[in-house]
Amino acid sequence: MAKYLLLKHYRGALASANDVPMDQWTPEEVSAHVQYMRDFAARLEGTGEFVDSQALSPEGTFVRYDGEGRPPVTDGPFAETKDLIAGWMVIDVETYERALELAGELSAAPGAGGKPIHEWLEVRPFLGAHSTCITE
Amino acid sequence: MDESLLRALTPTVLGILGRRGADFAAAEDAVQDALVEAVRVWPDDPPRDPQGWLVTVAWRKFLDAARADTSRRHREVRVDGEPVPGPAEVADDTLRLYFLCAHPALTPASAVALTLRAVGGLTTRQIARAYLVPEVTMAQRISRAKRTVSGIRFNQPGDVATVLRVLYLVFNEGYSGDVDLAGEAIRLTRQLAAKIDHEEVAGLLALMLLHHARRPARTGPDGRLVPLAEQDRGRWNTRLIAEGVDVLQAALTRDRLGEFQAQAAVAALHADARTAAETDWVQIVEWYDELVRLTGSPVARLNRAVAVGEAEGPRAGLAALAELDPSLPRHTAVAAYLHERDGDPVTAARLYAEAARSAPNLPERDHLTRQAARLNVQLRS
Repeated sequence: MAKYLLLKHYRGALASANDVPMDQWTPEEVSAHVQYMRDFAARLEGTGEFVDSQALSPEGTFVRYDGEGRPPVTDGPFAETKDLIAGWMVIDVETYERALELAGELSAAPGAGGKPIHEWLEVRPFLGAHSTCITE
Repeated sequence: MDESLLRALTPTVLGILGRRGADFAAAEDAVQDALVEAVRVWPDDPPRDPQGWLVTVAWRKFLDAARADTSRRHREVRVDGEPVPGPAEVADDTLRLYFLCAHPALTPASAVALTLRAVGGLTTRQIARAYLVPEVTMAQRISRAKRTVSGIRFNQPGDVATVLRVLYLVFNEGYSGDVDLAGEAIRLTRQLAAKIDHEEVAGLLALMLLHHARRPARTGPDGRLVPLAEQDRGRWNTRLIAEGVDVLQAALTRDRLGEFQAQAAVAALHADARTAAETDWVQIVEWYDELVRLTGSPVARLNRAVAVGEAEGPRAGLAALAELDPSLPRHTAVAAYLHERDGDPVTAARLYAEAARSAPNLPERDHLTRQAARLNVQLRS
């Protein structure tokens, strides 16, 4: 089994085919979308492939160390930041192909007009914490 | 197996170990070990005297740990043998535990975790799952909390307000994982109310009961948030409402108003209305005035603005809102609601979408997005 991060972006990914802001959908379409995401996570729990799913607030702050005895410097949020992560799902699956398949399904979540959003999701493999026994 | 019995016995057993001379941290560990063993053994072999069983096992665990500890330090083993039976439980043992676990030296998160384990009898795993953190993290938080309070004398009286704050935090965590924290908070507050005669303990208990009564109506079948005005009031738990109102009325007759009684009074007025339209908003505004006077809390002022909007019309509500800091959580959502009521769906839709972006949790975000969507559909047609 290998873990993959399915990353969803507020900004930074290519525009989806069905790219209508959510508040311009109908309330029923919003509900259908939310239900699809819940069902998707529940199904992956059922198959033993679900690890975690979280959404992030769009508001964030950049922070860095500013030297001994000084408080950290904060800055941002930067409107021009290209990449803004909206949330993620972590899955634990047998193959890379399975990870792609699931990301494809997640991207098919219904949007405006009840049609799939075709949203671009980023699939990133986890680096394991230790090597396997048979690398030599 | 009756897990609630185990939980109810936890503080008593802990108190007995304390009176036999065990220090709090070691006694608490021993009781936790005994609970884990009870969960394993009781289903097949239920004890005739559950409390006696727990005391015996916990004391043995304590002695084992103390012996291991002393031999590790190459000291003479001095702890041995069966103890003289401790005196029968006095109510104060449990009461002292409440105060110790909510000690002001602890951070709120630590106080919550320690209370749930030592007073509530939950396992570290259950608490960790309820707060969505790894079990090791929660175990560390609890043992650090115990170290913090270890120097504090077990019998020091505390400020009841600190205990109430902890119980209120537990209640607000609601339901996640396999433990109903709201239900657990009610159980712990009920137990506290039975031991201490204090109007704000009663006020908090009433508040919890009245809020809990509405829980079945608060979420739709698909998990969505249902706002108060749209809830199916037939699904409110009338037994809990009746109990909450009784508890509140008894507290109010003492004429020592506090923030929990005032909040419970608002909840009681909502519970009292058969339909949303019958809500006595004028009285609710008066209670919010009391609450603002008692606490000065910006959240109370925000809720007051909503109530003013209902009692005197949306313009008055917006005027009350204009006096508050716009960066307050949910300020934008309240503004959206009042603008819609004021007949300005364009502004309301924009504000709902803005409020959705800064929503503190997913159900609220989905709800606010749906509100924006609803108005935008109207505006397009």
